[in-house]
Amino acid sequence: MGHHVLLIEDEPNIIEAMRFILSRDGWQVSCHSDGATAVQVVSDLRPDVVVLDVMLPNRNGFDILRDLRAEHATAALPVLMLTAKGQAKDRDRAEGLGASAFMTKPFANAEVIDQLRSLVGS
Amino acid sequence: MPETGQATRSRAQRDAMTGTRIRERRMMLGLRQSDLARRVEISPSYLNLIEHNRRRIGGKLLVDLAGALSVDISALTHGAEAEQLDQLSEAAVAGAAAAPELERVEEFLGRFPGWARLVGLQQRQISHLQRQIDSMADRLSHDPALSGALHDVLSKVTAIQSTATILAETGDLDPEWQEKFIANLSVDSTELAARSAALMGYLDGSAETELSLATPHEELEAYLADTGFHLPLLEAGGAPQAQLSAVKEALSSPAARDLALEYFTRYQSDARQMPLAELQEVLAQTGPDPAKIAAQFGTDLAAAMRRLASLPPEPGQPGLGLVICDGSGALILRKSTDGFVIPRFGTGCAFWPLYRALSQPGRALRDRVSQSGDGDRASLAYAISMPVPPMVFDGRQPMEATMLLVPEAALPSPALEQDRFLAIGATCRSCQIEPCSARRDASVLRESF
Repeated sequence: MGHHVLLIEDEPNIIEAMRFILSRDGWQVSCHSDGATAVQVVSDLRPDVVVLDVMLPNRNGFDILRDLRAEHATAALPVLMLTAKGQAKDRDRAEGLGASAFMTKPFANAEVIDQLRSLVGS
Repeated sequence: MPETGQATRSRAQRDAMTGTRIRERRMMLGLRQSDLARRVEISPSYLNLIEHNRRRIGGKLLVDLAGALSVDISALTHGAEAEQLDQLSEAAVAGAAAAPELERVEEFLGRFPGWARLVGLQQRQISHLQRQIDSMADRLSHDPALSGALHDVLSKVTAIQSTATILAETGDLDPEWQEKFIANLSVDSTELAARSAALMGYLDGSAETELSLATPHEELEAYLADTGFHLPLLEAGGAPQAQLSAVKEALSSPAARDLALEYFTRYQSDARQMPLAELQEVLAQTGPDPAKIAAQFGTDLAAAMRRLASLPPEPGQPGLGLVICDGSGALILRKSTDGFVIPRFGTGCAFWPLYRALSQPGRALRDRVSQSGDGDRASLAYAISMPVPPMVFDGRQPMEATMLLVPEAALPSPALEQDRFLAIGATCRSCQIEPCSARRDASVLRESF
């Protein structure tokens, strides 16, 4: 089984497409779409890398990232943050909070795979 | 576009002359200052400030004064020529790299009036477009509804792009998957069209679409504004859940309904501590003073402020305003009142007592504030910041600041501090107070009269 990626994203068809392409690339894929319970899910699933959207229901990605970085177990966990094109302030904020990498929506499938491979060192 | 020093001086000189010309014209007609002031419905002291060039003048008042002095407006403002010179000077400074001969600007205007008008017109258009760009940039930066709408659209675009790429590039795609992805494309493209239309409608200022893109706080505020922030069901002892059931249709998003339930629960608690009939009896004796109300009912000051802002609206009487922000300064509740503008997006003026309260938790603040720049239409602003229960020890204690705004027209007697006021703005973009040590953005009004 390949590396484990957790997608935290609330757009169902992005999840479906990502799950498909990452599974075919050999990744073990988990998905979650609720911001309020995202930190707990990361803690429970212990993925190798997280893809985290900025805008989620009930809690935004910045707050989730802040909590992940504050926990010893997830402080160094690679997190790929998804921000929207044209929202430079979101990217700045994510960088300040310790995001490992960024991608702006819309992105290409191949970019996601390349970025995730880079983050887990494979 | 920020006004340059040279252009500002030129405009200031023209403004300065306007006041002097009004005075000269009045004296030529043998009018007393008080007579002219009465004719244009301003105080003699204000006219005195205008005549001594200590107040800028424009708009209706300038028209009224010109009418009362039986003279064309241009005779007071020195006509179009001065304005053209201003515009040419601004154009010259803005395009200084072209090394225009600024010292020969009057000669240029005299010899080539048509070309001069063209340059002036283009300068005005450039300034106007620059203000529009600044305004749009400000909106993109500070409008959470717009930011959310853009993110929604881009998420749909991402889903479509990812799905289409899979369909186009996966040669051995299982027919079942193929069918599923095609169905997803169909759904996503329909939703993208709807979200794009909503976004464009929002940018065009369509009220109907704007409502559908409102943030949960805006939804709740819009509902509360319709009720005058007074909820009879809760006043009569009704449960928060019953109030929520009664208004569910007005709140379209689950997040807005969650916020509303929190608001109603707090409202019920405040109403129980300060029942309306008793509150109105106390008010008749003390006036809308939150400190006295809090002392009378044994509540905290913020609760007394919220309660005063929830009084039933009275015809002809200005309601009391209320602004609440969280520890980051983000405005989480806005109830406007006469004479005090609260921005719809972003934060307010850094000098609002609300923000000062955040830096002095637990300390009660009171100021006579005015957004008009001259003390007119002042309000008494009461502010305090307090922790939001429950109390915790882990360093993540939420704070909240509350500011009650009492327009002077709502006071039974004039405020004590009639001779002083704190000049504040609504937002930097709409504020003309200069100089201002807290200015974050240039004002779009700087070039106005």
